[in-house]
Amino acid sequence: MHVGDNAIKVNELRRRYGPAGAQGFDAVRGVSFEVARGELFALLGTNGAGKTSTVELLEGLAAPTGGAVRVLGHDPYRERALVRPRIGVMLQEGGFPSELTAVETVRMWAGCTSGARPVDEALELVGLARRRAVRVKMLSGGERRRLDLALALLGHPEVLFLDEPTTGLDAEGRRDTWELVRTLRDQGTTVLLTTHYLEEAEALADRLAIMHRGRIATSGRVAEIVAERPSRLTLTLPTDVHPGDLPPVELLAADAMELPGMPDAAGRTTVRLSTRDLQRTATEVLLWARDRRIGLAGLDARSASLEEAFLHIARGLDDEDGEMPQERTMEGAAR
Amino acid sequence: MSTALTGTTTTTGRALALGRAELTLLLRNRAALSSALVLPGMLTLSMSTFTGDIDLKGTGLSPGTLVLPGSIGLALVLAVYTNLVGVYVIRREELVLKRLRAGEATDTEILTGAAVPALLIGLIQCVVLVVSVSLAMDVPAPEAPYLTVLGVALGLPQMAALAAATAAYTRTAESAQLTPMPMMLLSMLASGLFVPLEVLPDQVAEFCERLPLTPVIDLVRAGWTGDMGAGEALAAVVTAAAWTALAWWTVRRRFPWEPRR
Repeated sequence: MHVGDNAIKVNELRRRYGPAGAQGFDAVRGVSFEVARGELFALLGTNGAGKTSTVELLEGLAAPTGGAVRVLGHDPYRERALVRPRIGVMLQEGGFPSELTAVETVRMWAGCTSGARPVDEALELVGLARRRAVRVKMLSGGERRRLDLALALLGHPEVLFLDEPTTGLDAEGRRDTWELVRTLRDQGTTVLLTTHYLEEAEALADRLAIMHRGRIATSGRVAEIVAERPSRLTLTLPTDVHPGDLPPVELLAADAMELPGMPDAAGRTTVRLSTRDLQRTATEVLLWARDRRIGLAGLDARSASLEEAFLHIARGLDDEDGEMPQERTMEGAAR
Repeated sequence: MSTALTGTTTTTGRALALGRAELTLLLRNRAALSSALVLPGMLTLSMSTFTGDIDLKGTGLSPGTLVLPGSIGLALVLAVYTNLVGVYVIRREELVLKRLRAGEATDTEILTGAAVPALLIGLIQCVVLVVSVSLAMDVPAPEAPYLTVLGVALGLPQMAALAAATAAYTRTAESAQLTPMPMMLLSMLASGLFVPLEVLPDQVAEFCERLPLTPVIDLVRAGWTGDMGAGEALAAVVTAAAWTALAWWTVRRRFPWEPRR
């Protein structure tokens, strides 16, 4: 990565709400990452992980409690006038006067946006041309989300911040938005996206970071993050074969063997092997079964997924902190 | 890199774009529109019917020169101040202010833009009321019209700044029905709108002189009576401007840009 060519640079960012001590809340606790020009970067996390709190600092809506942010080489909070004309923002919750029509809303924004697209082009872009004369209060949640996107795209931004852009959209609307975001990225727009939809991050992001409890737990390309997690091979042994009959895990190139449950009614045992080398483990198991003439039921070979990596982070860090998982709900409420 | 070649926005352009949208909204809001348009005229009318009961001897005022500045005060308080408190609070509740802050418009432009239609209506009201009261009550032409203009010019931004400051301490749209009341009633009763300060006891009058709208009304009235020295006029300007500055300072420090949840 070319260090000098970053669109976004975040260093040890912190954001605290409320007073010092137990009454306050650290939403962002030392986050660092960089996004190259033209890159599509996703911030992923559970509710209350600190995604929106982080993005609001990047958008320059608030000053950080600690650390530094640079967007296109400037401080987005202090040098707002330099940064704003070059970025587009879609907040987690769009705010529009409910009695204005879609076209009036875009016109208002166009008057506040340097180099704005023609109003009708902006509506066309997000598929709202037919709904132009409809008041905002009559638009569906998904349509409002798309109207918000139209405003974010109005000024041909160099950097686009999208905070959960597809929440409330139906499947088709989501696909359309993905397509549009990809097109913009292909045209050179840098995009920072937050989402709690794993498939959205997987489908769009060049790189992503998974946030948890105000920190970045892991970041990198999807393949890199997934590669950190083991693959799984699951199989069910016949009644007369016991897990102990399998070759030792080292010979199977597996990390560990688990027995996820009790033997079933027919006395068959299910075995789960976790491995870094799924092909080799599967080959060894299948060769062993052929040599012994054992029939394996419920055979399932599964590469690690982003979802699994995500869930591992969500659970694992709770354990490390020695905190109870219930606290997650509290954090969600304290946004 | 897509550098915009056309249409870099300006402060005025942004405030006007916001003002235009806000005007559209005001024209669609019957309740706010009618109270801004009808109330000042109605109250002026009822005021003019009982001015005959006030003993104006020794105040140098006629019923006409009492009612006229009062009507302008009503236009400022009702069409601008009270109206704008609601506008600011509702836009904040709708998350419009927060969304706008993510764009190019500055905080001042956002609040000013939202105030444009209210200021416009306030100004039009002042003109309409001056003309109709002058004709109906036989008020002679003003002796020092520039003082009246100065008063209105100070009063309009002061009302907008006070409205934003009031909105800073108003949590919901429901409470925005109540929070303008103290300022509204205080102005009507103690800033010389209905009762000239000259008929009040000295100590009370002295306190009333320091209220935000009093210097505005004094200046407006002096436009007709002509009896205001340069020193007095300067003091009035300073008092009115100080309130505007104080309100604006409060807004800069305290105005919440999104609803507290």
